Amino acid sequence: MEALVSFFTENLTMIYVLVLAIYLGFELIANVPTVLHTPLMSGANAISGVVIIGAILLIRQAESTDYLALGLGTLGIILGTINVVGGHAVTNRMLEMFKKK
Amino acid sequence: MDLKPLVDLGYLVGVILFILGLKRLSTPKTARGGNILAAVGMGIGIIVTLILPLEKGDNNYLFILIGLAVGAGIGLLAAQRVAMTDMPQMVSIFNGLGGACAVVISMMELNGYQTAFEAGSENAAGMGVHATTLLAMFVGAVAFTGSLLAYGKLQGLINDRKVKIPAPTFVNMTLLLLIIAGIVYKLVFPSNPFFWVLIIMGIALIYGVTFVIPIGGADMPVVISLLNAFTGVAAALAGIVYDNNVMLVGGILVGASGTILTVQMCEAMNRSLWNVIVGGFGGASSSGAKGDGDQVAREITANDAAILMRYATQVVMVPGYGMAVAQAQKVAHELEKVLEENGVSVKYAIHPVAGRMPGHMNVLLAEADVSYDKLMDLDDSNSTLKDTDVVIIVGANDVVNPSAKDDPGSPIYGMPILDVLDATNTIVLKRSMKPGYAGIQNPLFFHEKNRMLFGDAKASLEKLVSEVKTLG
Repeated sequence: MEALVSFFTENLTMIYVLVLAIYLGFELIANVPTVLHTPLMSGANAISGVVIIGAILLIRQAESTDYLALGLGTLGIILGTINVVGGHAVTNRMLEMFKKK
Repeated sequence: MDLKPLVDLGYLVGVILFILGLKRLSTPKTARGGNILAAVGMGIGIIVTLILPLEKGDNNYLFILIGLAVGAGIGLLAAQRVAMTDMPQMVSIFNGLGGACAVVISMMELNGYQTAFEAGSENAAGMGVHATTLLAMFVGAVAFTGSLLAYGKLQGLINDRKVKIPAPTFVNMTLLLLIIAGIVYKLVFPSNPFFWVLIIMGIALIYGVTFVIPIGGADMPVVISLLNAFTGVAAALAGIVYDNNVMLVGGILVGASGTILTVQMCEAMNRSLWNVIVGGFGGASSSGAKGDGDQVAREITANDAAILMRYATQVVMVPGYGMAVAQAQKVAHELEKVLEENGVSVKYAIHPVAGRMPGHMNVLLAEADVSYDKLMDLDDSNSTLKDTDVVIIVGANDVVNPSAKDDPGSPIYGMPILDVLDATNTIVLKRSMKPGYAGIQNPLFFHEKNRMLFGDAKASLEKLVSEVKTLG
């Protein structure tokens, strides 16, 4: 319990950011026209690929002989990059079709 | 030079671009720019992460570059190759990979904590960080296998009605409790072997599958949206672990927006999220209206249907998943054009959950160059339908099923539908009399106002186009 309390006080700023970001996310997305639901979901999905930053940090912090971390880290980067690049590309393809002719 | 301030500034810009990007993605005019803004934000975030000063490690840039190049190549190729009709599956699989990425990194982090835990070292990771990492792994794992299963279902690789588990709610609750118990146990006794982490991960991966198995039919969009939110949450949790604000804010924005989108979709179907998750739709055996043996659906020829439409004032098309499967959107647009040339007003009625994803039909019709202002949402559609002469239902079924209004025993009772029976005539384009994706019989087919035009949606529409043309 004590450990959790200290985690709370030590990360107070982050917890504030967390709460505000949740509220911001709700507010940003409310009242989206149905037309944009699929592209929006797809765009948001691409943003969730931000987890790739974790994979990059993991590899950079690893020692060059730690083959497990290097192997899995590279796998993580590949997976995350597919999510990010594919996600944004597919969203762009969808939205291109909405351009007024 | 100290790179730290530059890095912090870069992350801040990245976060701002995510926020602006999402905001712009939610308005049609700015949506495309919004996506590009978000992508630029991501690019900045990645570059900054590459130069961020670290206290330990050998950087290993070669591996990073290989990973980035391979991932970008696969991602671009997949995004270019995928057919517009398969978009929901594509989003689902991309989402699953993001979840898998979260699993991989949290596993490695947990593995890293282990040595200090087993040695009982004072520098071991605190319970807060440990808990956050375990949660990131759990949520990521559910998003991973759940998305893969959703992909399999949408792609038709897995048959909803054949692949089932007994008492899904009980199984899911048991697995969920096991996972929570496992996490708590590992937290309280961190020196337990790493094997525990693998067990928790294994159960979480299984839970992702059992979570999605009972969900089927028209609920698939809801679950993809929910799993998307899960990946966001996993990314945010990983952000806490790495003390990285871009991951935290980016992940949370997705978590929150995915949740809102999920709730909006559930509202469109007049059901609660719980109801969707428990899976009353595609899974449970429905007590809904069965077609009585003596009911006969009346057929119409393409010629008669063309005459009906050619001399109408207002025609409304109701597209559904069948249109996507038959790739009939371009022909639908052609029919719209020939009718308009003859002075008939043609519009499209889009149900919020038509297709397999919200907005799925809009995307397809936009691809076929159908103009924006011809697409009506549920409310507009229902007021227009009252003054409509002919409704053509192209591969839609459950969204026009009148049981939703008048049969309390029907599994879709209460779902808002397109009131096509308010129009003078309805024509259903359908391959056969088989019930729709959700497996519910549709009394509309047997209604006196309705006629059936059997055949492939695309072929039928092509016939209608040529028949209307010959009428001149």
